[in-house]
Amino acid sequence: MSQVRKKRREAFLLGNEAVVEGALAAGCTFYAGYPITPSTEIMETMARRLPQLPDGVFLQMEDEIASMGAVIGASLAGRKAMTATSGPGFSLMQEQIGYAAMTETPLVLVDVMRGGASTGLPTSPGQGDVQQARWGSHGDHPILVLSAADVPECLEMTVTAFNFAEKYRTPVVLLLDEITAHTREKVSLPEPGDFEVFSRPVPTMPPEWYKPYEETLRGVPPMPPLGTGYRFHVTGLSHDLLGFPTSRPEEVAALVERQFRKIDRFFHDVQLVEHVMTEDAEALVIAYGCVARSARLAVRQAREAGVRAGLLVLKTLFPFPRSHVEKLLRSCRLAVVPELNVGQISREVKRVNEGYAAVRTINRVDGQIIAPAQILKEIA
Amino acid sequence: MAEVTQLIHQYLRHNKKFPLVFCPGCGHGIVLGSLVRSVHALGLSKDEVVVVAGIGCSGRIAAYVDFNTVHATHGRALTIATGIKMANPGLTVIAVMGDGDAFSIGGNHLIHAARRNIGVTALVLNNFIYGMTGGQCSSTTPEGAYSHTSPMGQLEAAFDIVELTRAAGASGVARGTVFHVKALDGLIAAALSQPGFNLVEALTPCFTQYGRGNGFKSAVDMFKWLKDKAVPLEAYEKLEDKAGRIPIGVFVKRDAPGLETRYAAMRQRLLEKRGGAA
Amino acid sequence: MSASSKGQNRVVVYPDWCKGCGICVAFCPKHVLAPGPDGKAVVVDEDACVNCGFCEPHCPDFAIVVAPRNGNGVNGRPNGKSPATDATHGKEDCP
Ligand SMILES: Cc1ncc(C[n+]2csc(CCOP(=O)(O)OP(=O)(O)O)c2C)c(N)n1
Ligand code: SF4
Ligand code: SF4
Ligand code: SF4
Ligand SMILES: [Mg+2]
Repeated sequence: MSQVRKKRREAFLLGNEAVVEGALAAGCTFYAGYPITPSTEIMETMARRLPQLPDGVFLQMEDEIASMGAVIGASLAGRKAMTATSGPGFSLMQEQIGYAAMTETPLVLVDVMRGGASTGLPTSPGQGDVQQARWGSHGDHPILVLSAADVPECLEMTVTAFNFAEKYRTPVVLLLDEITAHTREKVSLPEPGDFEVFSRPVPTMPPEWYKPYEETLRGVPPMPPLGTGYRFHVTGLSHDLLGFPTSRPEEVAALVERQFRKIDRFFHDVQLVEHVMTEDAEALVIAYGCVARSARLAVRQAREAGVRAGLLVLKTLFPFPRSHVEKLLRSCRLAVVPELNVGQISREVKRVNEGYAAVRTINRVDGQIIAPAQILKEIA
Repeated sequence: MAEVTQLIHQYLRHNKKFPLVFCPGCGHGIVLGSLVRSVHALGLSKDEVVVVAGIGCSGRIAAYVDFNTVHATHGRALTIATGIKMANPGLTVIAVMGDGDAFSIGGNHLIHAARRNIGVTALVLNNFIYGMTGGQCSSTTPEGAYSHTSPMGQLEAAFDIVELTRAAGASGVARGTVFHVKALDGLIAAALSQPGFNLVEALTPCFTQYGRGNGFKSAVDMFKWLKDKAVPLEAYEKLEDKAGRIPIGVFVKRDAPGLETRYAAMRQRLLEKRGGAA
Repeated sequence: MSASSKGQNRVVVYPDWCKGCGICVAFCPKHVLAPGPDGKAVVVDEDACVNCGFCEPHCPDFAIVVAPRNGNGVNGRPNGKSPATDATHGKEDCP
């Protein structure tokens, strides 16, 4: 047997296109969406790619509420499903995000952040949806929010988003920004087996014994596709172990508690960060998305100038990777949090800081990027 | 007819709370029975039927029937139903909605479901009112009618559901009433067996929130009203004085494939094209 | 289904499920049913029932069963004419 090492297929892709490659590598076969800048290339690429799969489905829906509805329906029917949008559409999706969280329906939602509130700055980058991604839908519910800083990461983090969605039966929001989504970079295209791909647990007991919201070891109950003999009830109302509405305090509390616990117990798995020269850092930059790129350069320049600078790139924004951040805050004198908003992650950093380090923020909301020099000025 | 009720009992979830949560004389229970009989008449298995319900008194139906059931958010039942049908066209997908659900908050989804002609049956329980939230007007509340949010009488016109859905492109549109329940059974069964998007509007009395405020003496009174006012379409057309009369029956019946079928055909063509190129 | 089945039917109302809406009472062509003391329907003239098919599908609460006396029985109850207690439900529970 000769082992011919096949040359990896590479392509110059937009961040948005890399999302599609990641989704397909993760086993996504269903997309429903509504066009909006700067996320549209995800939708357009899906429109070409999905019908080529034997069971691929692409739908353009009438709005973002409907898009989420279709994705939820497809997921209940057993598909790995996703949608993508930007600010105005993300606002419309909040209702259904809550429904997905409550019913523990896995799905991936990519929000390519643009600038400003309302229609804002459609073609400029922003990071103003960060807290909305965590708390945009009403009521207490867990959710996972991820981010990506460059094109290869768009691909990887989309795979991760699907894996988390399936593993934890939860909606996962992947936050990109206009810059990351519209940058073209070389990526090596995934081959089968490149990524570990996770699919939701399905029940293996006889249907009569299935309790759709039963406690399990991981806190994640198995989930059968609709129509496979496990007839059960799905509702956005607070429900009992069988999935039927309840308002009994102990059952309601148990549901919410388990929904949080299924993720809280696995912080080590879901809280992803990248350390860049943080071991001996005195001046720490905490960044995500396109700002992390500027920060990387700024930290390198600071090192060259003799400053012990380091960078913590947040790939998971929520649950906020508290332990990672806290540990570094204890050993640094200064933490700088540059963001394209008025201070949405810096709130979290300040919340966990407890006086360890001085926290400085760099905030930009004019649709322009934060340049390395701007960060360098704060740390050097 | 001998085993009507006993048959329905077989399709109910026995661990649910009975009697039904509905008020005495609420027509929703009758529609629930009609739905079950239609599914039974078609010989569908419980496993292949998915009921997606909206929010409202009507939405409560979902929890009672022993099918695959999804209790959606208010107005969004059709969006979830669309996703399910496209993901697994083998399932029989029924969206059970109230008038507020289907025509007010979900109106946009309704016309688009009809336009794409997705293979879903929409069963709308039209009681001319928001029952669950305590009697506010909906987009089918008749002009002049009293509700808690039209205390001086509804000024806005009601939707003509039949014309709306017809114009939007549905395969089938029908209207029945819970008084004419055997006909309703037939309408639902026909809708379930016809490809594409099929809407059945079931007129169903809500004495509690609509009848009481609009001159009806009791739930029974409302059933009498349905009995008197509803006329089969053919007879309706010949009526000299149509005022106050409600046509029932099948209004639209087109032989058009559902979106899921057209989608599968497109995928097949792509597959063959690739196969041919190789 | 036809008038010929007169006197051959069993009519059972489940008081637990009946809400006394009066629909069956108002529309039964043979006056088989009447409101009981608590407003719930009671069977007052079972022999008159012609199994016309009205009350069963029109009961919003699935609380009435009409079945031929010589058929399979009603939800496990024996065949034949209803015992008198069916028409005086509720009372038997009273001490
Ligand atoms: C987004 C949203 N808005 C409002 C409500 C409150 N709400 C619950 S049911 C309902 C109306 C129900 O009316 P209809 O659809 O006609 O059903 P019915 O109760 O009459 O059967 C409303 C407004 C809600 N649940 N969700
Ligand atoms: S409020 Fe109206 S629709 Fe709701 S259960 Fe009562 S009668 Fe039925
Ligand atoms: S129709 Fe049903 S609920 Fe109403 S009175 Fe008769 S038996 Fe009772
Ligand atoms: S079937 Fe019901 S409605 Fe008809 S005669 Fe008998 S009791 Fe009366
Ligand atoms: Mg209504």
